[in-house]
Amino acid sequence: MARKTPEINSSSMADIAFLLLIFFLVTTTMDVDTGIYKKLPPIPDKEQQDVDVKVKKRNVFSILVNRNNELLVNGEILRISDLREKTKEFFMNPSNLETLPEKALKNVPYFGDVMVSKGLISLQNDRGTQYATYIRVQDELAAASRELKDEKSMQKWGKKYDQLDADQQEAVRKYIPVQISEAEPRNTGGK
Amino acid sequence: MSKFRKDGKKELPAISTASLPDIVFMLLFFFMVATTMREVDLNVDIMVPEAKEITKLEKKDLVSNIYVGVPMRKFAKTYGSEPRIQLNDQFATVDDIQAFISTERESRKEELRNKLTTSLKVDQYTKMGIITDIKQELRKASSLKLNYSTRQTAE
Repeated sequence: MARKTPEINSSSMADIAFLLLIFFLVTTTMDVDTGIYKKLPPIPDKEQQDVDVKVKKRNVFSILVNRNNELLVNGEILRISDLREKTKEFFMNPSNLETLPEKALKNVPYFGDVMVSKGLISLQNDRGTQYATYIRVQDELAAASRELKDEKSMQKWGKKYDQLDADQQEAVRKYIPVQISEAEPRNTGGK
Repeated sequence: MSKFRKDGKKELPAISTASLPDIVFMLLFFFMVATTMREVDLNVDIMVPEAKEITKLEKKDLVSNIYVGVPMRKFAKTYGSEPRIQLNDQFATVDDIQAFISTERESRKEELRNKLTTSLKVDQYTKMGIITDIKQELRKASSLKLNYSTRQTAE
């Protein structure tokens, strides 16, 4: 009768695996990096610096944030929670008011000839502004831009902007060009 | 009937732990896949602000991090309680940023160098002054892709 071979003792296998597991638990992180993506404007050349781009006052949506985290939008104090609606109104200018930005006739693929807003957002903050407020403002502006884009894509294709293909997204972006320009820093206010 | 009845006196078999390694290995593989290596030890306290319109940062190997926050308590004596910049493992000043960016660039492959993104991990109570300075330095270093690290707002 053949002798039964003894089973290899594998009880230490668990220990080895635990050791590895604990090593990975300690040395790795799980956080997914999320954030607001921005592109900084390049530093202007010395020759270019003098040439100021003249933009009509009605086409500028100027946002000033002071050191007490208060907003001054086109000369009026505004709560951050109202910023999104105000931004949307500024870009859409539904009743073609004199005070809101001009529109220009432009040919956009898929949409044909449409009136595109000439509006421009100018954002300026104090050195004493809190970072959280700054991010909140950026977030509200991004939300306004996304909502406008969603609106247009819903009208045209019945889909949200995210679900469109690259060409369609490009067209919507042309239809609603939301530009945010951040002013060159000035030394105002303390730390 | 006696077919099923084993003769008694046999010892009670030990509970098999043969599947324990399998379970642990499963956990191990999960963590290996779902996590990434920790790169730096934070010397500053950072609680990034919340935002809704966020995007996921792809390609972690193409991201260099700049941390800004108040030094942790154990460093408070030497570095004070004003927000400080941390690059890699050390405290730094605004002037070090350009050098930091160029070393980060050099450590990447040549074809990927212009795809480098800078991620700003800044504590929410920091004042904008220091961030404006950092942004100016990044512009000077022509590292224009920037990501403000934020948390997802809890719904």
